[in-house]
Parts: sequence; C-alpha cells; structure tokens
Amino acid sequence: MATAPELLPYGQIREDLFRPLGGVSRRYVLTLVAAMSVVLLGAFAWFTQLRDGMGVTGLQRPVFWGFYIVNFVFWIGISHAGTLISAILRLTDAGWRKPITRAAEAITVFALMIGGLFPIIHLGRAWFFYWLVPYPNERLLWPNFRSPLLWDLMAIMTYVTGSVLYLYLPLIPDMAQLAEHATLWRRRVYSILSLGWTGSDREWHALERAMKLMAGMILGIAISVHTIVSWDFAMAIAPMWHSTIFGPYFVVGAIFSGLAALLIVMALIRSTMHLERYLTWHHFNNLAKLLLLMSLLWTYFTASENLTVWYGNEPDEMAVFGARTRGAFAPYFWAMVILNFCVPFVLLGVKKFRNITTSVIASVCVLAGMWLERYLITVPTLSFPRLTTATSFHYAPTWVELAITAATFAGMVMLYLIFAKLFPIIAVWEFKPHEEEE
Amino acid sequence: MSHRWGMAIDLDRCTGCEACVAACHAENNLPLSNPEEAAKGRAVHWIRVEHYYEGEFPDIKVKHRPVLCQHCDEAPCEPVCPVYATYQNPEGINVQVYNRCVGTFYCANNCPYTVRSFNFFPPEWPEPLQMAHNPDVAIRMGGVMEKCSFCIQRVKRAEGEGANPQPACVQGCPAEAMVFGDLNDPESKVAKLAKSGRATRLLEELGTKPKVFYLEKTS
Repeated sequence: MATAPELLPYGQIREDLFRPLGGVSRRYVLTLVAAMSVVLLGAFAWFTQLRDGMGVTGLQRPVFWGFYIVNFVFWIGISHAGTLISAILRLTDAGWRKPITRAAEAITVFALMIGGLFPIIHLGRAWFFYWLVPYPNERLLWPNFRSPLLWDLMAIMTYVTGSVLYLYLPLIPDMAQLAEHATLWRRRVYSILSLGWTGSDREWHALERAMKLMAGMILGIAISVHTIVSWDFAMAIAPMWHSTIFGPYFVVGAIFSGLAALLIVMALIRSTMHLERYLTWHHFNNLAKLLLLMSLLWTYFTASENLTVWYGNEPDEMAVFGARTRGAFAPYFWAMVILNFCVPFVLLGVKKFRNITTSVIASVCVLAGMWLERYLITVPTLSFPRLTTATSFHYAPTWVELAITAATFAGMVMLYLIFAKLFPIIAVWEFKPHEEEE
Repeated sequence: MSHRWGMAIDLDRCTGCEACVAACHAENNLPLSNPEEAAKGRAVHWIRVEHYYEGEFPDIKVKHRPVLCQHCDEAPCEPVCPVYATYQNPEGINVQVYNRCVGTFYCANNCPYTVRSFNFFPPEWPEPLQMAHNPDVAIRMGGVMEKCSFCIQRVKRAEGEGANPQPACVQGCPAEAMVFGDLNDPESKVAKLAKSGRATRLLEELGTKPKVFYLEKTS
C-alpha cells in the first residue's frame, strides 16, 4: 500500500496537485469535445421541444411525468455525494477526507446545476418558469406556497447557494497560492477570486469557522432537499406515492447514489491525473464500506416499503405493486434489486473481492440501479391510475428525452473536465503543515 | 346564499351514446386529435364514457359511466399547483386558468379521476372548422392543462339572465340522464337527487367530496 499523502513533503504535494492545471493533453481535448457535442445534441433536443411542444416527448395521459422527472430526482440524488459526505467527514474530523472533499463538493455543484434544469425542461411552457418565483409584480400574482413544487424550488435554490459557497470557501487559500504561481489571465482571475487572501491567522480562523458553520448548515439543507423532492411524490394521493417512508427513503437513496458517483469520479481522477499517491486504497476502502452500508440501508427501506404494501393488499396499490414485481415493470425491478443490493453486497461485502476495480464496478451498478429506482417510482404509479379506463397506454421515451438524458451525463463530464483544469481537484492547503510558514 | 353548482348523472338512464362527449367538444372548442396522437392517449376529452361489462355475450350486462371533472370540494389538483392555475371559485366550480398554467403536470398526476388533458401541441383546426368556434370559450395554447369547466360560460350567462344554467353535456343528453343545478338550493332537482338513496360519488373514500353524484339502483 502507498503511504498516506499527509506524509509527503508539502512542496511536492503542491507541485503534484498544481501540475494538472497546466497544459492540455490530446486525450483531454478529445474527451471535452465529445462531451460538448453530446451536450449540444441535448440542447438541440430541448430546442425542438420548445419549438414544437411537449408532444415530441413520449409523455401521454396518464403518464405525465417520465424521463425528465426521473433525471431530476437522479441528479439531485447524485448531488448528495459531495456536500453531505464531505460535511459529515468534516464535522467528524475524519482525517482521511482531505483528498476527497473537493472532488465531492464539485460533483454536488454540477449535479445540482444539471438536476435543477429538469423542473424547467419538463414544463409545458418552460419560458414561464419564473412564475414559480415569488417576485413582486403589479398584478399582485403570488405563487402557491402549498404546492410541493414551490418547496422544491426554494429547497434547491438554497442548496445550490449553500453548496457553491461550500465549494468556494476552501478554494480561497488554494487560489491565493495559485495567483502567486500563475501568469496572465489566470493570475488575474485567481487573485480576484481569492478575495485578497493573505494567509494571516485571523483569516485562517475565519475560514475555519465559516467551514464548520457551512458544514453544519449544509447537512440540514441536504437532508431537507431530498426529503422535499420525495414529497413531490408522497404528498400526492396516487397509489404507492402516498407513503410516509419516502422522505428518509429518498435521502438514503440519494446518499447511496452520491457515494457511487464519488467513487467513480475518484477512480477516474486517480488514473487520469496520476494521483495514485493521494487517492489511495485507504480512501477507496473507506468509501466502499460506506457504500455497502448505504446499500444495506437502501435494501431495508425498499423491503419495508414493499412489504407493507403487499401485506396491506389494497387493490389500487396492488395494481402498481403487481406491475412492478410481476408485470410489465418486473424486469426493471429485479434488475434494480440485483444492481443495488446483490452486486454491492457480494463485491464489497466479501473482503477478498473488495478492491478499487470492484468498487468502481459496484458503483456503476449502483448508479444504474438507482436510476431504475427513480423510474420505478415515477412511471408505474402513473401507469395505473385508480380509474382503470386510462391504463392501456404505455410510456416510452422518444429521442428527445434520450438525447437530453445523455446530455446530462456528458454535461457532468464536461463541467468536471473544465473544473479540473481551473482548480486543483484536491485541496492543497489541507496538507499544509501547521507550524511551517509559507 | 351563493350557488354551489353540482351535477347528478343517472346511470340507470345512461345509454352510453356519448352525445355528451360530442356536445362538449363542440361547446368548448376542444382541440382536434389525429389517429396517431389518440393512440398515444393524447386526445383531449373533458368528459368520457366508461363502459363496464358483466358476464359473457350473449348473457351480458353493460353499464356506462360518464366521467367528467368531479369538481371536488377538496380537490387534490388544487393545492399542488404552484401558480394557482387551478382553484375553487366561490360557486364551487374547480376552474382552470389557462393563461396562468405553466404545465407542471402535477394537477393531472394528483387527479384520482384522470380527467385532465394536456395540450401536447398547439391546437390546430383544418379550414373551415375554426369558423365554428364558440366565441365564449378561450382557445387554449400548447403546453397548458385543461379540463371540464361545468361550462362556466353558460353558468355566467344564465346567471345574468336569471335562468337555470345547463352545461352542453346535460343539454345534449337524449336520455335525460344528467341533471345540473344548485346544490345549495334545497328545492333544485339536483339537490333532491343528491340526497336520494340512489346517489353515490366516485372514489368517495378518498375524501375529495365530489360535486358529481351518480344515481344507481341499489339492491
């Protein structure tokens, strides 16, 4: 096993972590261009939808929510990677968090930027999305604060603001250092963004306090955000949506998928940026164990949710339950169980199987499984309304929805690539020895 | 006392002829559909007739149930709309404000009766059908939700004239199975029918308190 990154000389750490910022490789450019093209395709798909109408999607009565809402919940879930995990590790002062936090916090911000678009994309008249914002206007129109969608808007805006701050604060000392080293436009950008940071004791203390405060606040915000996302479903009286377990269930699922995303991103950073000495087996092992824990928690919630419905045997709910476990949606359901429970349980639960490669495999499975989970929550319920006359239609996405979905993943890659070129992906100052003067 | 509009539908009289559906389409400028869109479940109907079959042909019993917006007192669609595009007006009609609707679909998802229709495309009428539009009813744009309004334009006009309002479906019903009126007026036919032992309401157990009463022989 490699040595802990904390033991390396600080000068070398700084050099190692600043090095990826300079110059671009051929592979970097190609990946970026590929990602951008997919994002452009998604943008074109959205343009088509805005021009022609929502009819270009596969939505129909009674399935009015489809891929867009699934993607929305999925990406808001991924956003829990960062902030929540880094906040927990920061508050518990877990030393091994240091090389992970920034990578995680960046995922949060980008996943929120992507996920936050979907409530707008799925609107029939997206250009009026600002009507949900309570702004003063001469006609005295006000949004409806009883609507879970409005809670959603508030929660996500708060979360975006909070997590941008939470990403930005620990970037300040690094940017101040970068401003000294960089030249030309980079120097100007970094020195503006570092807000005149000089590294005095007072500043360090203020930063420390701000980070602790933000970590505490962001924990509460993150939990509330995904609870409120779950309430978009749970507040409705539709069968198998109207469930008290949805709040915690969604939070657990969000952290679960967020951890998986973090593991994948870390493995990619490690191999492409040659940071093997910083992201060691120790980190992957700890995260893999956390992922296993979340897998078990998720399984527990899924089991209690389905068992109570099955035992209760209420006809409207059983129609949805039956379709999910035995009917048209059964392949997705059992695939979800395998991807979210069986695979992580075997690969991460058996010690001799657990290594970096298997944790990445398990993480990819979990991401797919959690996407399916959101699909299984959204679509089957709507496919089986209480009055059975409208059930004969089957929702399938069109190229528009598929292109926009693909664009979200490409968008994540694109944003991450750009971010990794502008800022050190591991917080350098966290390794700075306390007694040493820079 | 203000009005509280409601409807009674006699299922023992209903023949399932769907004249109510046709009348509604003509009165309320419902957008036309085409076979492809209709097959996808996107045809707009403010009222539909559900058919229920008991037994096997030839020994078969058929029941028809016209289902329209139930104008619930506790309408599940109302609180979930983030922009107040759907709300209960003072006379108990659940109204849809097309100009305010941004198309979140939430109301339709939360309607247990699945009576809301969405304009997936901007509506089009082949020449010269657009000449036949009812001038009292707004044309809806693409991207908004719509549904039965209890023919609010007729209600308003009748109130001005001091007459009894009749929605298009009620007027068009050849079997006279549908009755419309003021539930707050104990002398009105609909109020009496609603209190009769034959009246039930659809999915009453959900607590939505619909204002559409279905009359049926109880054995």
